[in-house]
Amino acid sequence: MVRLIKKEQLTEDIVKFDIEAPIIAEKAKAGQFVIIRTHEEGERIPLTIADNDPEKGTVSIVVLRAGRTTCYLMNMAQGEHILDVVGPLGRETEIENFGKIAVVGGGVGIAPILPITKSMKRAGNYVVSIIGAKNSQSSILKEDMAAFSDESYVCTDDGSEGFHGFVSDFLSDYITKSENSKNSKNIDRVIAIGPVLMMRAVSEVTRKRHIKTVVSLNSIMVDGTGMCGACRVEVNKETRFACVDGPEFDGHEVNFDLLLSRHKMYLKEEKESMDQYLKDHECKLLKHSI
Amino acid sequence: MNNENKKIKIPRAKMPEQPAQERIKNFKEVELGLSEQQAVQESRRCLQCKKPLCVDGCPVEIDIKSFIKLISEKEHKKALDKIREKNALPAICGRVCPQEDQCEKKCILGIKNDPVAIGKLERFVSDFGEKDKKDKKDKISLQNNSIPKLEKSTNTSGGNVIKSAVIGAGPAGLTCAGELVKLGYEVTIFEALHKAGGVLIYGIPEFRLPKSVVEREIEYVKSMGVELILDSVIGKTLTVDELMNKYGYKSVFVATGAGLPYFMDIPGENLNGVYSANEYLTRSNLMKAYIFPNWDTPIKKASKVAVIGGGNVALDSARTAKRLGSENVYLIYRRGEVEMPGRIEEIHHAKAEGIEMIFLTNPVEIIGENGWVKKIRCIKMELGEIDSSGRGRPVPLKGSEHDIEVEVVIMAIGQGPNPLLTSSIPGLKLNKKGNIEADEAGRTNIKGVFAGGDIVSGAATVILAMGAGRVAAHHMDEYIKTGSWL
Repeated sequence: MVRLIKKEQLTEDIVKFDIEAPIIAEKAKAGQFVIIRTHEEGERIPLTIADNDPEKGTVSIVVLRAGRTTCYLMNMAQGEHILDVVGPLGRETEIENFGKIAVVGGGVGIAPILPITKSMKRAGNYVVSIIGAKNSQSSILKEDMAAFSDESYVCTDDGSEGFHGFVSDFLSDYITKSENSKNSKNIDRVIAIGPVLMMRAVSEVTRKRHIKTVVSLNSIMVDGTGMCGACRVEVNKETRFACVDGPEFDGHEVNFDLLLSRHKMYLKEEKESMDQYLKDHECKLLKHSI
Repeated sequence: MNNENKKIKIPRAKMPEQPAQERIKNFKEVELGLSEQQAVQESRRCLQCKKPLCVDGCPVEIDIKSFIKLISEKEHKKALDKIREKNALPAICGRVCPQEDQCEKKCILGIKNDPVAIGKLERFVSDFGEKDKKDKKDKISLQNNSIPKLEKSTNTSGGNVIKSAVIGAGPAGLTCAGELVKLGYEVTIFEALHKAGGVLIYGIPEFRLPKSVVEREIEYVKSMGVELILDSVIGKTLTVDELMNKYGYKSVFVATGAGLPYFMDIPGENLNGVYSANEYLTRSNLMKAYIFPNWDTPIKKASKVAVIGGGNVALDSARTAKRLGSENVYLIYRRGEVEMPGRIEEIHHAKAEGIEMIFLTNPVEIIGENGWVKKIRCIKMELGEIDSSGRGRPVPLKGSEHDIEVEVVIMAIGQGPNPLLTSSIPGLKLNKKGNIEADEAGRTNIKGVFAGGDIVSGAATVILAMGAGRVAAHHMDEYIKTGSWL
């Protein structure tokens, strides 16, 4: 049993949990993930580690309401227990002083980009952070991101805060400006985490400029240890397992169309499962006071 | 008529089973087990040979003759104890061991008649009396604390109790742990998944090996004093080096199994609807997707399913697909029926359940539509010269390509060693396939580290893995006592 030490509602649809997992807290590196199982009948779902505190023995996960399992989890209260957490899984982010880097986070993807931002900053990089959300209310971790960035920018789809538009458009403009400016250094590397379409758009922006771009792929997984192959992705025309070979890959080599297609594998079942869940429960999130 | 002839006259006991048409609609066990009367009668067929050859055929050397005699005396509990001297998991072996290739193959009765049904008797004694117990204790939860409660050792030589670690709670690991406890060690098993049992839990389906039976056997191993820590991926959560140098385990047994699914490397394998057998079976067995949406993990149900392969894993996948409601399940195998590596009994069961076997055929491409499997393109094969496996090498027949319409394809062409753990042990010697190189005692090239089961042998049987676990335990004991490493 794993205790949910702290629950914090970040937006209407996004909740952060600090969970008790001392060994994982000690071991976790930026870019890695855990797999959790909430209850006996529950699924195993992968969640990228958003933070870890070896002193307190906790790791943080940030969850977006998406389907049955996330709804179930978000209905849980601080102090309650989930059944399992296993990790840290996957390869860690390659951290070194690359020079000037851009960290790009979209939606709930801002959560896993935060520890990478911290590590990159600590490694001596000049960090430009660009985070995006639908609107001002749904954008998360702004202060934390700013605290570890040399420059930080917020983008919103509706223009309610910061740049009006997608993070990829902002990044494109930013790079163009740096290229044309004598005082500004070019970006040496980009790390982008967020919705597949966002990561694809960012990769397209940097492809023609030959800026190495790392993306984190959120494939469907079961065991997370390379045992089942559910998380198959195509990178540089080769099949790789996101759970053990990734989750981070070179965005210029990823077959995003395949990833998008494979995300649809269980759409029908996910809806059936959610409908059944909503028959007996409500997604209490909106009413639930923490 | 002398006694021996009388015995030969008794026909071999026939196992009652669920009728095929009924069982394809459920996941309950196919074989129902012998009645006490049947078992006692079967036990009396045993000739009680002075030099029983059956024991030579058993990888863990169960005293078969003695346990069968005890059944004939209706001393079923004592018969079970007799088996347990050598085998901690009899209810499992009684069900999934290939007895026809082992103990029963050597049985003298088998020369002219049918051999004694040793496997069915083993199952009988281990199930005897369990039905009443099961009703009382319907739900055995194996859930324990996910957080390893390990004590960092300050002084590794302190105290009388010596700690040994086992990595992987499958057949090899459970057996090794059981033996080590008997030898007086404090044993911890580290399991990556949230449930113990390894392939017994995630791989072999309920209808062939009920999970309550596996849980019962694991409870037994735990009752012997083995500590089980779930959700621990050694190589990630902790390393072997940490287990030995930080947590004070004197010796480690690596039994991580064959946990890497092979694909064919043909076009279309990443289409939606293509599974590795590992994934398909794990979803159904471990995650109970067959009762989705009551359990949350989904699995694709399709009217036409192709399973590629001819082994037990392929048969298990095909029979699972049938039970999930598929109308047509094709088992596509590149060789012929006699070359199938699957157990004869299971091939019979599969046929009775309506699995359509397509022999001497191999897929060359999976063709999709909008990202989903639409059909599988196959080529006919013929058998050429005998290859290293002792079977004819399948050779494609040019121009024999043909398409079979399916919505789901399950690749059951074998599993390799999962590199997650092996790559985390610096300097560990592996063979070309990635299996750990270990000697007959289970010793690897790293002092104190033993290995056994599928991670050494490549995908094999439950009982061979158990045999390796048993052997390694005794050599771990020897190593700990003498400190010598050959």
